[in-house]
Order: sequence, then structure tokens, then C-alpha cells
Amino acid sequence: MIEINKLNKKFGNNHIIKDVSLKVNKGDKVVIIGPSGSGKSTLLRCMNLLEVPDSGSIIFEGQDITSKECNINKVRQRMGMVFQHFNLFPHLTVMENITLAPVKLNILTKEEAEKNALKLLDRIGLYDKRNEYPAKLSGGQKQRIAIVRSLAMKPAIMLFDEPTSALDPEMIGEVLNLMKELADEGMTMVVVTHEMGFAKSVANKVLFMDEGQIIEENNPLSFFSNPVHERAKEFLSKILYSV
Amino acid sequence: MNLNSVYEQLLINFNKTFVQEARYKLFLTGIKNTIIIAFFATVIGIVIGLFVAVIRYSAKTNKKLFVFDKICSLYVAVIRGTPVVVQLLIMYYTIFSNMDNSVFIAIITFGINSGAYVAEIARAGIESIDKGQMEAGLSLGLNRNKTMFLIILPQAIKNILPALGNEFIALLKETSVVGFVPVIDLTNAGNIVRSRTFDPFFSLYAVAVGYLVMVLGLGAVQKKLERRLSQSDRN
Ligand SMILES: Nc1ncnc2c1ncn2[C@@H]1O[C@H](COP(=O)(O)OP(=O)(O)OP(=O)(O)O)[C@@H](O)[C@H]1O
Ligand SMILES: [Mg+2]
Repeated sequence: MIEINKLNKKFGNNHIIKDVSLKVNKGDKVVIIGPSGSGKSTLLRCMNLLEVPDSGSIIFEGQDITSKECNINKVRQRMGMVFQHFNLFPHLTVMENITLAPVKLNILTKEEAEKNALKLLDRIGLYDKRNEYPAKLSGGQKQRIAIVRSLAMKPAIMLFDEPTSALDPEMIGEVLNLMKELADEGMTMVVVTHEMGFAKSVANKVLFMDEGQIIEENNPLSFFSNPVHERAKEFLSKILYSV
Repeated sequence: MNLNSVYEQLLINFNKTFVQEARYKLFLTGIKNTIIIAFFATVIGIVIGLFVAVIRYSAKTNKKLFVFDKICSLYVAVIRGTPVVVQLLIMYYTIFSNMDNSVFIAIITFGINSGAYVAEIARAGIESIDKGQMEAGLSLGLNRNKTMFLIILPQAIKNILPALGNEFIALLKETSVVGFVPVIDLTNAGNIVRSRTFDPFFSLYAVAVGYLVMVLGLGAVQKKLERRLSQSDRN
């Protein structure tokens, strides 16, 4: 589905992503963990070219999206992204947030898009909020709507950048549950998160990043019970004891 | 001079200023022209200003806009660096020297002038929008232009609405120099009347009151509009 080869990204003199290679297969649930500043977000944002890498290739559904000929807007229609701070459009209602892209990109008519949006809202139990503005919603509600806003484009893969980090603890569960449902339905997902419980129960692959490199890659069972690298052990002990 | 004769004199002057030769009509014409010039100039200013602001913002990520960006910054520098009266005279005596519709010339001049100020306001407005908004639009597959017009600009305009209202009000007062070319705006109407009555009192105060009423009225409208538009912020 996505194949990343020798990806490099620098911000000025800071070499943030160093020769990273990675393969995500259809149906994979990849969780990326690692200390702050290790480049997790940057790697994820390279995958849909929100950050333009300096070198390396990213092959998505057979085409190199870093090449000049690639129409990145078309590619992004097939890649959903969910942000830490939701990034809902505050001047639009919930319904308009969800229908904007499919309608303005002429993928669905307004009626079709609204019908689809209502189905999605019904599924997450927020049907009643369809005409509200985002300011009236709780963080958990906002993030679930951000997720269905992405789903409305029927993406082939979903990228999540710390989707629960900005939430009050009591709202984390509702977002993780929705993500779990998506995973169960077979959605291909790449998730940057500090939610180790989610990683253990949902991921089929865990990547540990440190200083711009993926230094460990394993299934969650082995990774959490038997981390190999010192840095990974250290990170896990910190994060597990702090919970 | 006793109080009675002061009172009498005032009445005579009032009469001369407003009633004789139906001079109140001149004031009404002045008010009408002032409003017309300020209104259409503001509309032109907002269109130009938004256009310039979008170009200058987009030029940061799109190298092809480099030349347009330079032209825009030159425009802003020239307009902000020269007095509006000089711009008006240049328009009237050179660029539009063959045209005798002075109100039109005034609208164009003040519109172009206002555009340079609105451009700076609008640029600040666009830059105040969280960059996550652009990223969210892009990640849904919208291109930069669509994201700009559907997501960034509506929010930016809403944010700068108070500033645009202030710009309109400032412009309304600024147009009082339009009398340098033959236009009967409110100020000029007062001048014409004063030159006939030789009484500065009523004509000048009438002009001042006229501006004040317009400014206060606009301020009230502005408040109402803002309240209606803040709908989506309420929680
Ligand atoms: N646009 C940018 N310009 C300059 N430096 C940046 C930019 N984005 C990220 N960085 C730097 O790159 C490094 C990696 O950032 P990144 O956000 O990818 O880390 P992260 O692993 O996601 O961390 P966190 O867990 O805190 O989110 C950091 O040192 C950050 O300061
Ligand atoms: Mg991050």
C-alpha cells in the first residue's frame, strides 16, 4: 500500500528523518511510538506530503508521490489524516465539515454527501449534532467528527497523529473505540500515539523511532515484552510506569 | 448687543445657511456623494486588498507568483507612501484628464488607496488562521486555492470584519479632502454654502454633525453585523 524508501527530511540544519524505509501493507495497523522530537509526526506528514521530503521515495498504490508528475491532491483524496488538534473548520457546521470535500471535489452530489454524512454521524452517535458548529462540541466529539470527515472521502489509508493527546482523559476512550472499529473493518492505519493499550490490542506492527530513525520494528507482543534496544527499553519503562 | 439681537442674528444665519435658495439640498447632495464615494471605494478596496493579500500569502509557497508578489508590494509601498490628495490630483489631472465624472474618479482613487491598507489588514487576517486549517483542507484532497477560498478566507474575513468596518469609517472621513477636485461632498457643500453666506458657524457645524451622525450610525450597524456573525463561535 505504502512503501517508503530511504526517506530524508531536514529542517534547516536539523536532520529530522534519516534514511527511513518502511512498508505498510493493505490492512496493516502500524503504530509509531518514540520520544518527543524523534520525528514521528514529520514521518507521518511526509506520507501525504504535508512535509516535502528532501530525498527518498514514497510509493503509494504504485506511484511515487514525491515525483513531479504526481497529482498530490488526487493522492490525498485517498489518504485520510487525523490531527492532534482536530482541525475542524470552525466556520462550518458539522454537516458542512463532513460534506465539504466530497462535494467541492465533485465526487458526490450535495444530497449524496449529506446522506452519507448522516449515516456516518448516526454511526458515531452524533446525528443530533449535525447542525452545530464545532465550538459547541466536546474534544472527543470533535475528534470523532474529524475522523468521519476523513472517512467521507472513502480513503484507502488513514494517518493519525496523536489523535487523543489533546483530549481530557474521559474522552480518550470514545475516540480509541472508533479507531478500533475502523481497524476491525480492515482499514489500513498508521497511528502515532502514546496509547500503549491501543498499540497492544490493535496494532499488528509497532515501530519505535528515535532521533529520526526507526530503530525497532516488531509485532506488539514481542515489542512490549522483549524490547531489544536500550532506548526502547528506557522509553517503555518510563511510559508504562507513568500510566 | 443684547440677547435678543444675538438670537435674531442666529436665526438669520440659520436661514441663510439652510433655507435660502434651498441650500439644505446642497448638504444632502454632499452627504449622498460622501456616502457613495466611501461605500464604493471601500468595496473596491476590499476586493483589491483581499486579492493582494492572497497573492502575497500564496507567493510564500508558490514560486511562480514571485513577480506578482513584487508588484503587489510595490503597489502597497507607493500607495501608503504618498498622500491621498496627491493621488487624487494625479488621477484627475493625468490618468483621467479626459473624464469629467469626478465622483467616479474619486471612487477609483479612494478605492485603490484603501486597497493598500486593506491588503495589510487582510494579510494579518489570513496569517492569524491556524495553519492546521490549511493542512486539514489539503489532507482532504482540496488544492491550495480551494482551501484558501473555502476555508481560510471565510474565517479570515470574519476575523477582520471589525477592521474593515473601521476602514470604511476612516475612509468616510478621509474623503473630506475630495474637494480638491470638483466634487460636492459634505465638506465641499459646507464650503460652498459658507462662501455665499459669509457665516462659518452653521455651515461648519452642520458638516461636523453630518459626519458624526454617519460615523455613529455605521458604528451601530457594524456592531449588529458582528454579533450576527459570531454565531459559530458561541459555545
Ligand atoms: N516545520 C518545522 N520547522 C522546523 N523544525 C521542525 C518543524 N517541524 C518539526 N521540526 C523539528 O523536528 C523535530 C521532530 O519533530 P516531530 O514533530 O516530527 O517530532 P515528534 O516525534 O512528532 O514529537 P512529539 O512527540 O513531540 O510530537 C523536532 O525537533 C522539531 O522541533
Ligand atoms: Mg508529533
